[in-house]
Amino acid sequence: MATRAEALPVPRVASWWSVLVDWLTTVDHKKIGIMYVVGALFFLGVGGIEALAIRVQLAGAERAFLHPQTYNEMLTMHGTTMIFLAAMPILAGLGNYFVPLMIGARDMAFPRLNALGLWLFILGSLLLYLSFFSGGAPDAGWFAYAPLTTKTYSPHKGMDFWILGLMVTGIASIAGSINFIVTILNMRAPGVKLNRMPVFVWTMLVTSFLIVFAFPSLTVAQVLLFLDRNFGTGFYAAEVGATPILWQHLFWFFGHPEVYIVVLPAFGLVSEIIPVFSRKPIFGYTALVYATVAIGFISFTVWAHHMFAVGLPPVVAYAFGASSMIIAVPTAIKIFNWIFTMWKGSIRLTTAMLFAISFVAMFVIGGLSGIMLATVPVDWQLTDTYFVVAHFHYTLFGGVLLSVLGACYYWFPKMFGRKLDERWGKVHWVLTFVGFNMTFLPMHWLGLDGMPRRIATYGAGLGWDVLNFVATVGAFTIAAGTVIFILNMVVSLWKGEPAGDNPWEGWTLEWATSSPPPAHNFDGVPPVESRRPLWNSHEKRVLTPAEVRALITPDEHVHLPPPSVWPLVVAAGITIIAAGFIYTMFVAVLGVVIFLAGVVGWIQQEGYH
Amino acid sequence: MTAQVEKHGTTLGLDHRKLGFWTFLASEAVFFMTLIVVFIIYSGRATEGPGRELLNIPLTAFNTFVLLTSSLAMVLTIDAARRGNQRGLKFWLLMTILMGAFFVGVQVYEYRKLIHEGLTFTSNLFGMTFYTLTGFHGAHVTVGVLWLIATYIKALQGKFGPDNYIPLDVAGLYWHFVDLVWVFIFPIVYLIRW
Repeated sequence: MATRAEALPVPRVASWWSVLVDWLTTVDHKKIGIMYVVGALFFLGVGGIEALAIRVQLAGAERAFLHPQTYNEMLTMHGTTMIFLAAMPILAGLGNYFVPLMIGARDMAFPRLNALGLWLFILGSLLLYLSFFSGGAPDAGWFAYAPLTTKTYSPHKGMDFWILGLMVTGIASIAGSINFIVTILNMRAPGVKLNRMPVFVWTMLVTSFLIVFAFPSLTVAQVLLFLDRNFGTGFYAAEVGATPILWQHLFWFFGHPEVYIVVLPAFGLVSEIIPVFSRKPIFGYTALVYATVAIGFISFTVWAHHMFAVGLPPVVAYAFGASSMIIAVPTAIKIFNWIFTMWKGSIRLTTAMLFAISFVAMFVIGGLSGIMLATVPVDWQLTDTYFVVAHFHYTLFGGVLLSVLGACYYWFPKMFGRKLDERWGKVHWVLTFVGFNMTFLPMHWLGLDGMPRRIATYGAGLGWDVLNFVATVGAFTIAAGTVIFILNMVVSLWKGEPAGDNPWEGWTLEWATSSPPPAHNFDGVPPVESRRPLWNSHEKRVLTPAEVRALITPDEHVHLPPPSVWPLVVAAGITIIAAGFIYTMFVAVLGVVIFLAGVVGWIQQEGYH
Repeated sequence: MTAQVEKHGTTLGLDHRKLGFWTFLASEAVFFMTLIVVFIIYSGRATEGPGRELLNIPLTAFNTFVLLTSSLAMVLTIDAARRGNQRGLKFWLLMTILMGAFFVGVQVYEYRKLIHEGLTFTSNLFGMTFYTLTGFHGAHVTVGVLWLIATYIKALQGKFGPDNYIPLDVAGLYWHFVDLVWVFIFPIVYLIRW
């Protein structure tokens, strides 16, 4: 029987080699979650540096900081990195760490599949970035429109890296989603009914379904593009009677749900943070959950609003415009949920709460400009201008990143046992919030004034210099905040204020165990009879850690799966196969051998049922 | 809690592996749906060159029959496992494998013949969409046959029975799915005149 005393970390001298092997072969959802987050933060930094390069180039008219070809590569890799290598994995990482804790489970349903997803994300990302050292990075935008991406117009191998790197990370996303769905539906502790699950768990469930249903469309689009580029077919070639518009349909049938894939878990994060720092339960839980599910469904019916300018039949265009406006209804419901949660609450303006509140405000701006763009004639006027860039950065930076940063401050104490420094945190928040608005608010006016996006420079005398310069200063302000954030994390790991089990007096199950939690998460889970299992409704306060412990009946048998090297081997095999398709088939054969060896080892390993 | 979950089942009472595999199949269904939609969009466009008149419908109809019958053999395999009938299990599993391999063999024969008659992967839109759609299906059947062979080796070691038939069940889900996809592909590609 595992007792709490045993669970405390025992000081021991570990060699760097054993630490490395431990992390490379771990199947613990918490370690996997941490690696996801660290990997995603690394790529957030890389994508941020690419953004800074773009902003330096655009700081004034007719600058020559970046060659136009390099500019295209920076633009493509910034978008691709931020969506696929930063936003998705950081949410997958937070989900990995906290979903099992929030539903009172010991681990994810498939621990080795979980590790496989992590390694596919890491190796697929590295494969994509290998393009920089192999003749040129992808240069046709993250949306990769055909025929711009066909061999004729993008002759170097960059797009092949884009296709295969993202296929590898795509397998990771689908594997991760299957794991989340099974874990959430099938591994809840007694009493954790669906309608008592924390909202973040709900959003991860809906997002996982979106990934499962949306990614195949991207995969098909990429397969066809790869065949066109390398095997002489013409799925996107008008000259053989095909239509290049097919790419746009397939891509956006994936691409629009993708927006909600990253934004729904962000909604979930603020739905955890705002109630705790308002000392009130979330307002209208049921409406919030139904709105999440509704957004999930509607997100599959709006994709052609990215394509109004390609000449859709008017009826089709207006139908997609209407569905795009309808999706604003469940989104607005959520905005009101958050506002009414804060209404008459005793609000504590911690750094996490500041990020969450600014998320709500910024996301409203992004949502409203979205409604403007859903109006077909307005879109015709504004499409491919900086107005669109402003719009989606208000939803993705103002939406996803602000809430993720809030979650970092909220959950860091649980993950590492120490709080992040609040004073430096507030400096980080101020710089991020001010810098974000300096960067992206002016882009609304630049877009209305006709400044086209995706173009490496602009003429002097068009009057765009000042606002562009302001945007560039804003981008460096964000960068300054990010440096402070990184230093804050590093210093707080060693010097931060010790957190204790429940530093924010939260009421969900992740606060019912030590910080950081032991390998087996809980000795036992306290009885769950409401949406706030750690809330004493008679005395209107959160249970103390000692009271929580008194409620727990420790489990007699704790079975933890052994570490496994096979996920890493299988992931390496898959990535080498993908690399073989770019370089030579010999490499692919080598990959197949490694893959099969990994699969055999996986099947034969003892300790898993 | 978890001791209870591990020992006495899951929240939904459904095995993790089966629930997870159903989810995976949902994703696969969208994958094939997308390929089928691409086929339909491009059928009837730019029809110069060799086309669907080259397809041997009676042969493929027979092949369809064999593939569908293999699903029956798969069901009988699992039924035998649940009854603890080791002989029946091995027999019907082998039948499933043979019928699956037969299907792939006929498809290879069909491809060789079509290529000989001039319909290649790059001849025209019909060639591209035909080989992509049926090729991805054939690859799935091939993976299924390899999976069933691995399962057969385990069956020879006596690993399956009334207490342990979930791995067979999961392999069966995959096999039925691959069959079901063909039920859509056969009429759409071979029978309907677009």
